[in-house]
Amino acid sequence: MSKPKLALYWASGCGGCDVAVLDVEEKILDVAEFFDIVFWPCAMDFKYKDVEAMPDASIDLCLFNGAIRTSENESMARLLRQKSKLLVAFGSCAMDGCIPGLANLTTREAILQFAYQDSPSTVNPGGVRPQPHNTVPEGELEIPEFDESVRTLGQVVPTDYFIPGCPPQPHQILAVLSAVMQGAPLPPLGSVLGAGEKTCCDECGRVRNEKRIRRFYRPGEIEPNVNECLLDQGLICMGLATRSGCGALCVKANMPCRGCYGPAPNVVDQGAKMISALSSVIDSQGAAEIDAILDQIPDPVGTFYRFSVPVSSLRRKQPA
Amino acid sequence: MTDDQQRFEPRIVGFLCNWCAYSGADLAGVSRLQSAPNVRILRVMCSGRVDPSFVFRAFQLGADGVLIAGCHPGDCHYQEGNHKALRRVLLLKRILRGFGVDEHRVRLEWISASEGEKFARVSTEFTEEIRSLGPLPLENGRLLHLPADEPSPVLAEVAG
Repeated sequence: MSKPKLALYWASGCGGCDVAVLDVEEKILDVAEFFDIVFWPCAMDFKYKDVEAMPDASIDLCLFNGAIRTSENESMARLLRQKSKLLVAFGSCAMDGCIPGLANLTTREAILQFAYQDSPSTVNPGGVRPQPHNTVPEGELEIPEFDESVRTLGQVVPTDYFIPGCPPQPHQILAVLSAVMQGAPLPPLGSVLGAGEKTCCDECGRVRNEKRIRRFYRPGEIEPNVNECLLDQGLICMGLATRSGCGALCVKANMPCRGCYGPAPNVVDQGAKMISALSSVIDSQGAAEIDAILDQIPDPVGTFYRFSVPVSSLRRKQPA
Repeated sequence: MTDDQQRFEPRIVGFLCNWCAYSGADLAGVSRLQSAPNVRILRVMCSGRVDPSFVFRAFQLGADGVLIAGCHPGDCHYQEGNHKALRRVLLLKRILRGFGVDEHRVRLEWISASEGEKFARVSTEFTEEIRSLGPLPLENGRLLHLPADEPSPVLAEVAG
């Protein structure tokens, strides 16, 4: 009997998800033993035409990391959807948009203008911009188009499962792959795998007290107590709006949760939950004083939606 | 004012607290006060019940503005729900700015049960303010990203 086929792809992301797969350490050998790895550009030599040549639905499991930022990302998402039985959004970029998704708070034009014109290290007197099609003496050159917005995999093609995290934690990756390798029954389509069904606070061992906050701090401004809730101490910790599953890693390192496991179950908008929660614990009743306290949060949108702008209610900056 | 703005009828969702603002709106009605009919009223138990996701949801479903009205400070039936509402709206406005949505599309007012006149005035004022801001054109189409199991007739009713 032939082995089940596994594909891994890296779209618009940092590559950390591919590294996280290797972080399962020697268990990667079991994975390679069980699966026939048919496509993994980061680790092995495959070309897009190899995938195009495969029969439809011939890949049993495809772990797709990275957001959809360019026409190349999109065409690979469509191709791998067509070739895969199970397509999994692997990691925060593919699932929620993650750091690339923060680009939705500005515009395509502003990004290109800064990158190719305004950034201090750029010298571009001719105002040259990359063109999708170019004729050079050697022939015709093509590069992918840069989309107006960053989208998640699920916003581009039907996606079967979602594995959160920036990156997904190796023990969670292994749990999912082991379940597949042991032939466990598949959960309902659309499920979030490799994560918990509670919030990050559930995995945090710190002592929580009645919260009354008059001063917010940025990480680095104070050395927080290691036993007390970080939010109690004025650090904006996203744990209360974030799905459990990582084991509260950042909090254990005395850093506030940044929210990479995405909105907690049944939360539609991670930032909205943060607004709600913080508003309940700010210890002031006068509008001017409240505003002064809120001024201590330098970038509320980028903080509350650091990993989830493309799946937030408003999805992107609206045109003026 | 352009032709478009003259034709444009703002859709406003009003979250009114059960104890003060809703009674105030009721008083405006039984007193037969003239006011703009654009505010679609939803009664909530407290202005502090209004989660920011309700406001986002209203915008997704086609609202151009959201009015939140509760008891005057000190009068909250639940002691401090309205104080929470105030803090929430102040923070929500900052988030809206980040997303390029004019913060004036959300308005918080204190309206007591005896202030029918104030409700009528606020409704009219806010409607005119939203009319001057124009429709809220959410990028990607408003209803595109709602869950697939959303019953569409309800959407049509709310949005229509």
